[in-house]
Amino acid sequence: MDIDKVFKALADPGRRRLLDMLHHENGQTVTALCEHMDMTRQAVTQHLQQLEGANLVAVIWQGREKLHYLNPVPLHEIYERWIGKFERNRLRALHDFKKKLEGDDHDKA
Amino acid sequence: MTKPDFVYVTYIATTPEKVWQALVDTEVTRQYWGGLNTGCAANVNVSDWKPGSSWEHRSADDAGAVKIVGKVVEIDPPRRLVVTWGRPKDVEDESKHSRVAYEIEPHGDGLVRLTVTHAGLENDPEMFAGISGGWPQVLSNLKTLLETGRVLPHSSSAA
Repeated sequence: MDIDKVFKALADPGRRRLLDMLHHENGQTVTALCEHMDMTRQAVTQHLQQLEGANLVAVIWQGREKLHYLNPVPLHEIYERWIGKFERNRLRALHDFKKKLEGDDHDKA
Repeated sequence: MTKPDFVYVTYIATTPEKVWQALVDTEVTRQYWGGLNTGCAANVNVSDWKPGSSWEHRSADDAGAVKIVGKVVEIDPPRRLVVTWGRPKDVEDESKHSRVAYEIEPHGDGLVRLTVTHAGLENDPEMFAGISGGWPQVLSNLKTLLETGRVLPHSSSAA
């Protein structure tokens, strides 16, 4: 997949919020996702299509329901490319330290 | 039918037949399912891959510790493979098994779309947690293996 599409898809707070919601509860319909989004259904649908185009969201049909799943495989590839196992522990320590200083309310924007 | 817990998709520049071989050929599974540079022992999948047969996910070393067991539910080369997925201690108790479906579809431009769906984990938080970290790793490694003939240099853990 085109890595540019992944970064473009991530470069929007609304789309990141949709990914956060799927991370919280995987396999949601557009209707369920719209309940927590301050935008039109059409806008949510367009954002989901862009996320699907970047392969960050996978879609399956169950009966008549279209369910959206967070697909972390492209993010894993980015992680492997630039982070890898040797830096992981140091970065985790730094992340934990930052969270401790700033409180648990990480950047959701 | 309950909805799947996870749906993972990866696009691989290869043929459906090669993806299929990577799922069922013990020697190929050893190359991407843990092991090598990943810092943990390599694992293999072993079965005769007939409907109703058992399959095992086990360590590739001499001890061959069995990690996951299940049955082959559906097999349609090179398109679709469905297996059950349980702990060795629950081998007889199929109510405790979850279910994994692999779907392989040609996507055009020399790409193959591989979809892995894992369902039935809702009552098993421990397996749920292991799975959510494991599949992206396995699928990234599989993609790299099929596209370059080697696995990622800095992988960390595997299912």
